[in-house]
Amino acid sequence: MRYNLISTIFYAIKGLRIYLQSIRCITMFSMRRDIFQAIADPTRRAIIMLLAVQSLTPNALAAHFQVSRQAISKHLQILTECEVLAPEQKGREIQYHLKADKMKDIEKWLEQFRALMARRFEQLDEVLNQLKRGS
Amino acid sequence: MKKSVLFDFIVDRENNQIRVDRSFQAPLDLVWAAWTEAEILDHWWAPRPYRNETKSMDFRPGGRWHYAMLSPEGERHWCYFDYATIEHQKFYSGKDGFCDENGVATNIAPNMQWHNEFEDRGTDTVVHVHISFHKPEDLETIVNMGFKEGFTMGMGNLDEYFAALFNR
Repeated sequence: MRYNLISTIFYAIKGLRIYLQSIRCITMFSMRRDIFQAIADPTRRAIIMLLAVQSLTPNALAAHFQVSRQAISKHLQILTECEVLAPEQKGREIQYHLKADKMKDIEKWLEQFRALMARRFEQLDEVLNQLKRGS
Repeated sequence: MKKSVLFDFIVDRENNQIRVDRSFQAPLDLVWAAWTEAEILDHWWAPRPYRNETKSMDFRPGGRWHYAMLSPEGERHWCYFDYATIEHQKFYSGKDGFCDENGVATNIAPNMQWHNEFEDRGTDTVVHVHISFHKPEDLETIVNMGFKEGFTMGMGNLDEYFAALFNR
């Protein structure tokens, strides 16, 4: 079960990046809300992958990285604001877990909607060509 | 030389909007007709292999376009578009949603607010589409409803889409 989640998230992240590059899709967000901004940073992508395996405290996460504990906190703040992660009180500690479903569902819908619009417009191109020819 | 097509799809989550800009290699009057006349809409609105079928069209402020998208299996997904404001060959706006074959909306709120503007560029035309959601939760509601309605448009799921991208 975990493996499927990880591989789906891995491909979702990888795919989202390629999606950004290959299609002229400009997302305008504030720094804090942008899910694409969330995954643009390699440390944040690594954090997402780690949390896909299990929920972790900020300290446990920071132990995986060379960057400072404050830098990790900053990344966690951004990811929480993007609603990719959520903190949860576990005893006396805070643990972060991945909000995988929300990320997947909304981005999936947006991608399907974009694909729908693209497909419609290609069909409209054909219709307009026929109209121009006067048929 | 083939003129490049403009196609921007911009998700502005801060303002709960999606903006789409698309150029079409045809004059304004043809493009306007294609977006506002049922006979032409039926040829392109539904993504293949779906087919668009208009039940009724009343293109005026307060009027409604009632149509179905017919799946290859013969299922009809009924939709409506209620027109709010219209300025001939300039823009139109309105709300869309899912409904039944009698035009009764299946959810309390419409899906999205649309505002479509038509820019005359001589031999070609750019359509600026503004889609908005009232509240951030509306997008989530639509996402959940969309999955419930089962209208997946035959696009395949996200994994397959990305797998196709990698295999190029």
